[in-house]
Amino acid sequence: MADLRIDIHDLQLKNPVMLASGTCGYAEEINEFFDVSELGGIFLKGLTLHNRDGNLYPRMAETPSGMLNAVGLQNKGIDYFINNIYPRIKHYNTPLIINVNGSTVEDYIELTEKVNELDKIPAIELNISCPNVKEGGMAFGITCPGAEAVTREVRRVYDKTLIVKLSPNVTDVSEIAKAVEGQGADSVSLVNTFVGMAIDAEKRKPLLSTITGGLSGPAIKPIALRMVWQVAKAVKIPVVAMGGIMNATDAVEFILAGATAVQVGTALFKNPLIPLQIIEGLNGYLDRHRMDSVKELVGSLQV
Amino acid sequence: MGNKTVSDFIVTENIKLNDTNYLLRLKAPDPLPIIRPGQFVNIEVKNTSEIFLRRPFSVFEMDYDKNILSVIIKILGRGSKKLTEVIAGDTISLIYPLGRHFTYPGKGERILAVGGGSGLAPMLFLAKESGLPAENVDLLIGARSASDHIDVNAYSQYGSLNFTSEDGTLGTKGFVTHHPLFTDNLKNYDKVYACGPEGMMKAVAREARKAGVNCEVSLENLMACGFGVCLCCIEPTVKGNLCVCTEGPVFNINELKWQI
Ligand SMILES: Cc1cc2nc3c(=O)[nH]c(=O)nc-3n(C[C@H](O)[C@H](O)[C@H](O)COP(=O)(O)O)c2cc1C
Ligand code: FES
Repeated sequence: MADLRIDIHDLQLKNPVMLASGTCGYAEEINEFFDVSELGGIFLKGLTLHNRDGNLYPRMAETPSGMLNAVGLQNKGIDYFINNIYPRIKHYNTPLIINVNGSTVEDYIELTEKVNELDKIPAIELNISCPNVKEGGMAFGITCPGAEAVTREVRRVYDKTLIVKLSPNVTDVSEIAKAVEGQGADSVSLVNTFVGMAIDAEKRKPLLSTITGGLSGPAIKPIALRMVWQVAKAVKIPVVAMGGIMNATDAVEFILAGATAVQVGTALFKNPLIPLQIIEGLNGYLDRHRMDSVKELVGSLQV
Repeated sequence: MGNKTVSDFIVTENIKLNDTNYLLRLKAPDPLPIIRPGQFVNIEVKNTSEIFLRRPFSVFEMDYDKNILSVIIKILGRGSKKLTEVIAGDTISLIYPLGRHFTYPGKGERILAVGGGSGLAPMLFLAKESGLPAENVDLLIGARSASDHIDVNAYSQYGSLNFTSEDGTLGTKGFVTHHPLFTDNLKNYDKVYACGPEGMMKAVAREARKAGVNCEVSLENLMACGFGVCLCCIEPTVKGNLCVCTEGPVFNINELKWQI
């Protein structure tokens, strides 16, 4: 049994396997299948200041080895979360991280201030990479000045662990990573989904109501892996990796490329037990390679 | 914790019902929970690189003694097609139990259960489970043509069997709502249930509303997860966008924002 414990700044994880925002609801839905306290952490479904209905149906299109989504951050707003959901989930014995979204810098600040008050939320993931909303979201994440501005302002009002979630829809993701590191981000997570599109040839119509959407799943893994590797080389802060992780080997690859922890997303739709299999598989891998701690694995790619 | 499960089932039978419908009987590794008409399972499609997501199917039958759950697979696309190719002895992964069931009728009530296409299984299951004497249950099954209908004679013990076909080769010619059960005496029912193509369900809902009869439908929106985390399956309702997989798939038509 290797030691799977690892830290992301002040966040102490019992293992590096976490769940990706938007793919695990508010943790309760996954707790129907197994005790979520076995996980390294859970990134809750993206929240905004106010209720958002999200985009029109259809919001999903299956693709070879993946899927496109255009959910558009449907959520009931932070106040509803605090009053109705938080009391039900705060006892889970694993870090619960809020994925923070906004249309303007002011939105991000106001939302973060409210989250800062929640004892059982040890970190936020600042989402500047959602491709499915008209305003804000990814617009902040695709330029250095945009990413810097939100990170700087949120950092001012937030004193716990600040993770910034990066968009892969840029020319050089390591530039953005360095920019947010410079503004006080404690960690970066990547990748969010890639903007993609699907068409029904017979009907001559797009398959998503929004025409374009975000691609996730194994289809994006090689690109995500490359980006994680580039970012891990460029910054000193810990990197949290995701993008098509389906099994323990995928997780090991991301950790070898420099990730401190990983998030499992779309794989949950295929099988919500995959995170447990990854924890077990990671343990087995470390034993086989005679490593005492997962920390030895981080960034140990031999090139 | 712990109401939902992911397990490998063993295919015990794969019976071809007609050109596009197959009955799969699946044996569970552990005792099955109670599953009611309208609830569904999400089935993994193996051995194909094109199909990434599971496919949801309404439960057709539960045999708690043998620990067997059955579904009817109607071929609608590549995923369902692939599933009809399994053979006895294969293992197949299911997520279950999912969704909410139809409201059971009260004692002595009269019900009409309307099924078409892939919506037949839950209607037959409901007729069987309704707890009503057969004379209180009318089943109405619609299809394009006689050859698209499957043999449901075994269900005559649970209710009267009625058919429509678009080409008139079986039962009343036309859509389900052209059947005398709709045109003559819809008001006699306490509840109307429907599952099938959206156009059919909307037509049923329109008639039920006109007649002032309580009506529930089971929606078949596209799903990614089936257990409430992806928010891809939403349906606009009077309570906002709801997940069909967790808050449905069964809805009372008064909850929906259908323009009918
Ligand atoms: C249906 C769906 C909803 C998502 N919602 C969010 C969200 O609210 N906030 C966010 O930061 N990322 C969201 N994502 C992106 C995932 O967190 C993750 O970054 C991405 O899917 C890549 O990882 P994967 O391939 O393992 O899914 C969503 C992804 C999917 C598929
Ligand atoms: S299919 Fe994922 S929430 Fe309903």
